[in-house]
Order: sequence, then structure tokens, then C-alpha cells
Amino acid sequence: MTEQTTSTENSVDQQHFDTLIADDSRIEPRDWMPEAYRKTLTRQVSQHAHSEIIGMQPEANWITRAPSLKRKAILMAKVQDEAGHGLYLYSAAETLGTPREVLNEQLLSGKAKYSSIFNYPARTWADMGAIGWLVDGAAICNQVPLCRASYGPYGRAMVRICKEESFHQRQGWEILYELSHGSKEQKQMAQDAVNRTYGPALQMFGPPDADSPNSQQSMEWNIKRFSNDELRQRFVDMIVPQAEALGLTLPDADLKWNEERGHYDYGQLDWDEFMSVIKGSGPCNVQRMQRRRKAHDDGAWVREAAEAYAKRQMQAAAEAAESANDNEEVSIVAGRASAELIGA
Amino acid sequence: MSAFASHDSATKQSAGNAITAEDIAGSGGKASEPVAQYALRLGDDSLMLAQRLGWWISRAPELEEDIALGNIALDMVGHARFLLTYAGSAWGKSEDDLAYFRDEEEFRSVRLVEQENGDFGQTIARQLLFSFYQYELYSALQSSQDQTLAAIADKAVKEVEYHQDHAAQWILRLGLGTDESKRRIQEGLYYMWPYLDELFADEPLHDELEGIAVRPSTLRENTMKRIEALLAEAELEVPKVTQARLSDAPRDGEYSEYRGYILAEMQSLARKHPGAKW
Ligand SMILES: [Fe+2]
Ligand SMILES: [Fe+2]
Repeated sequence: MTEQTTSTENSVDQQHFDTLIADDSRIEPRDWMPEAYRKTLTRQVSQHAHSEIIGMQPEANWITRAPSLKRKAILMAKVQDEAGHGLYLYSAAETLGTPREVLNEQLLSGKAKYSSIFNYPARTWADMGAIGWLVDGAAICNQVPLCRASYGPYGRAMVRICKEESFHQRQGWEILYELSHGSKEQKQMAQDAVNRTYGPALQMFGPPDADSPNSQQSMEWNIKRFSNDELRQRFVDMIVPQAEALGLTLPDADLKWNEERGHYDYGQLDWDEFMSVIKGSGPCNVQRMQRRRKAHDDGAWVREAAEAYAKRQMQAAAEAAESANDNEEVSIVAGRASAELIGA
Repeated sequence: MSAFASHDSATKQSAGNAITAEDIAGSGGKASEPVAQYALRLGDDSLMLAQRLGWWISRAPELEEDIALGNIALDMVGHARFLLTYAGSAWGKSEDDLAYFRDEEEFRSVRLVEQENGDFGQTIARQLLFSFYQYELYSALQSSQDQTLAAIADKAVKEVEYHQDHAAQWILRLGLGTDESKRRIQEGLYYMWPYLDELFADEPLHDELEGIAVRPSTLRENTMKRIEALLAEAELEVPKVTQARLSDAPRDGEYSEYRGYILAEMQSLARKHPGAKW
């Protein structure tokens, strides 16, 4: 967290850290850690948080139009869960020493990245199914191993999040199941959404291993447990039978069972498109960022008011404490005022 | 709500899952015509407000508020599902038949819940008036002789208590926060205030439902006493504005010009595929 700890390579601290990693133990916020470890984690955890937050938008887009009240309630709860995931993850990132405001600023300024899949539009109701099934599904494959990440707060956040993600995946699958067993138009809608989401979902695991230079270090630090391609393979193996159960096809002519490998082979993904969307030319990059900035700007006066009010409450409590000489009770009141602000 | 009753969502704050819309649908209990009309009124209020509040999810001033407003919207959908399911039992209709396949003039919501979100202050002003009213309403409805309505109220009142608390906290923060927040929440209150009378307007329907429905006029004193006390604490003015006119049967005839837009959006997909399952 502070500069003076950076120059202690090979020190007792470093040895202690290395031992914890070698024993596959947890690093906690109070432990010394190399700056590069802190930086890598801060980037990963905050980008993960940003993805949860930007990822709310394509689904929030359908809350007002959900075609049944039951689906409306489930979708609202889901998008709200994603906000909760963002919060847990920002909290985990903060324990590494960067405040949430700074992380948020990195998102708003475009300096930090978020998962590129959210730069695609959610055009139809079936996208709510495809996102839940494939995007939350890919997130689970990625995140289950992260529950054992060496950094304690990150791993623990992942445990809570994974429980909810698997719920989201099942709900997405159910949406597609209803559609694919419904009218011709509904089935068409489902197939179209799956066709559009499949490729970008496979790309959520990141570039092929050969082009992923940072992965090796993350694996040595027990942050990452499996390579991008290993995780992608797991995901493909998981979704092929699920697609069959849905009665939908996956848009990949090369997809077939490989007896020898004991896995499904799959086709080349369009990595040029992936890179260009990351660089900003996806269909919704500008729109997603603008909506986030607008929410932030429009809410500025509200956050300022809450802060001013909390300060005022603290002052009032402090003054009361002085005059009444009744420290104990009043500090409880002040504590509550600030806790309420956080827990709004 | 039953769909996620077992869901251990960390963000779900409201208490209670005593009954579900499916329980009501499956109970075989059939509402009489006047009870159904009454349930429709309460259900439509919740549904319209849910539509409005749901918009905030992903647009709120803080992530905590995305969650808080989302929770309230979610509770409102839950109440609407119970009430519309129960109302529909009188006519062999489902909650979705009533939500998606009625036209503008068939809805029975009050104008307050149809008003635009505006800025956060305007939304909180609406929340203040509606949640304080609804808390009194459901508290009283808990002793309805109609068992289903009483059970719905019993569950809903616990949730609305939280909505009320959320609104009150924000009224204090905005009223006592900065000059700008004071100006904005005061403006929001002026904007919403003309629609108060309608919340407390008795209709001939209530005469038919003695001991079953809550007579709206009886809720006025307690609701307003508490709202005015809170505004005083927040150093905000009680708006001195004329009330919007009411006809003899307010909920049958009066509705805002926003209702059409709300329904056009809400019903668009369902109406494109009549008879479809989702
Ligand atoms: Fe998530
Ligand atoms: Fe999710």
C-alpha cells in the first residue's frame, strides 16, 4: 500500500510472501506483497468490477419491456445482483490501496477496460436468455477457479458472486428453453441471439494462450489457475450438451466431439473483431460509456448532499458529546449516521 | 417473487416471503367483483411505480442506489403480481392478462405513480408521498376480513416499511445537504404534491367493501402528519400548491398523459406475441 515497502526485494517480507504462495495460502491485505502483485490484482479486480457495472446496461434495457411480470421480477433481481457484484469487487480492490473513486474515474475516463462483450447490443428479449446462459455461464467458468485466488478478499468475493452467477445462468437457460419451445418466431429469436452471442462469449476468456503474455505470471502467483484456452475448452464442453437440450444450434461448423482428446473441437474465433471492439469500434462502446458518465454526472449533486449531511450529523454528534459529556452514547449515533450513508 | 424466494441474494434486503403469486393463483380462492376491482386499484399502483423505479437500475447516483431503488421496484412488482393474480381470479384472467392486455382506460392507478422520474429529487419526492401512504394503507389492510388481502398486506407492509425509511433518509439528506439538493428536493415536492388528494379519495366502491377495503380518506391524517413532521425536520416547506382536480370516480376516469407511454413500452413485446409463453 505504501512506497517504503517496494524496495525490500529478497527481504524477509518477500520470503514470507513466496512461502505463502508456495504453500498455496492466502495473502491478506495486511500482508506485505510485491508491487507488481498488487498492481496486477488491482487491475484485474477493478476491471472485473467495471464489467459487472457496464454489464448491467444491456439487460437493464429490457426491464421495462420484459414480457411477463415473473420475468420482469427475475430480470430486475439479476441486474441488481450485478450491481452488488460490482460493489463486492470494488471493496476487494480497495483493500489493495486504491479508493473506489479513483477506480471509478479510471472507468469513466476510458483508461480502464471492461469485458468487451458488453459492447454488443441486446436487441431482443432472447438476448436476456443468451446473456444469462452464455455470458454468465462463461463468467462462472472463469470465476469458479478464482474462488481459490491467492488474494483473500478477491477469492472470498468470488465465492459470493459465483453462487449468484450460477443462478443467473440457469435463468438465462430457462428463458431460451421457453423460447425454443414456443412459436416459430420465438424459436427464431432464440437462435438469432445465440448466433450473435456465441463467439463473443468464447472470447470472454481472453486471447489464445500464445498471445496472452501476462497469464504466466498470474499463474505463478496463484491468481489464475487455468490458462485462457483451458477455461475456454471447459466452457465449450459445458455448453454443447446444454444447447442440444435447448434444441438450438451453436454457430460453429467446426464444433465436434474429439474422441481422442475427450473434448469438443471448435473453430477459429474472429480475433481481429475482438481487438477492434476492445479498441472502441464495437456497436455500443460509445453508448455504454456515455450512459455511465451521465449517471455519474447526474448523480453528483446527490452524492455531495449525502456527504454534506453526513458531515453535519457528525458535527452535531460531536458537539452534543462535548456539551452533554456523554461520549459513549453519542459516538454510537455518529457511527450510525455514517453507516447509513454507506448502506443506503 | 417465488422464483427467487430460495435465492440467497446478498442484495435482497426486504423481509418476508410468506405468500407468492403462485400460491394465490393455486389457492382457488375467487375474488368477488368489488374485491377484484379493489385489488386491481392497489395492484395497478404498484405496477406503474415498478415501471418507473425500474428505470433507475443502472442509472442511479451511486451503486448503492441502483440496488436500493431496484429493491423497491422489485417489491412493487411482487405486490402487483399478488394483487393482479387475485383480481384476475374473479374474471378467469392471469396477472399477465391484466398487466399486458388491458388498454390505458382500463387501468386504475393513481396519477402520482405515473409521474415522470425527473431527477433523483423528483423520484424521492414521489417515494416519500407514496411510501408513507402505502405504509398506512397496508397497516390497516392487515385487518381486512378478506383473508387474501390481509395476507398480502401482511407481507407488503414489512417491505414498505423499508421503502418509507429509504425515502425518509433521503429527504433528510437532500433537505439538509447542500443548497442545490434543498432546491431540487423542494422542486420535486412541488411537482408531486398536486396528486396527493387522489390517494385519499373515497369511491362508491369502498361503500360496498366495508370491513374489507380500507377507506382511503381514513389514511389521510396519519400519513400527512408524519410527512409534514419529516419535512419540518428536513427544513423543507410543505408545498402550497392547488390539488389536481378529481372527478367523482377518480380512478375510473382520471389518468395522466404518461400512462399511454408507460403501457406502450411495457406491453410492446407481449402484445407482439399474443398467447406466447415466456
Ligand atoms: Fe455478475
Ligand atoms: Fe450475473
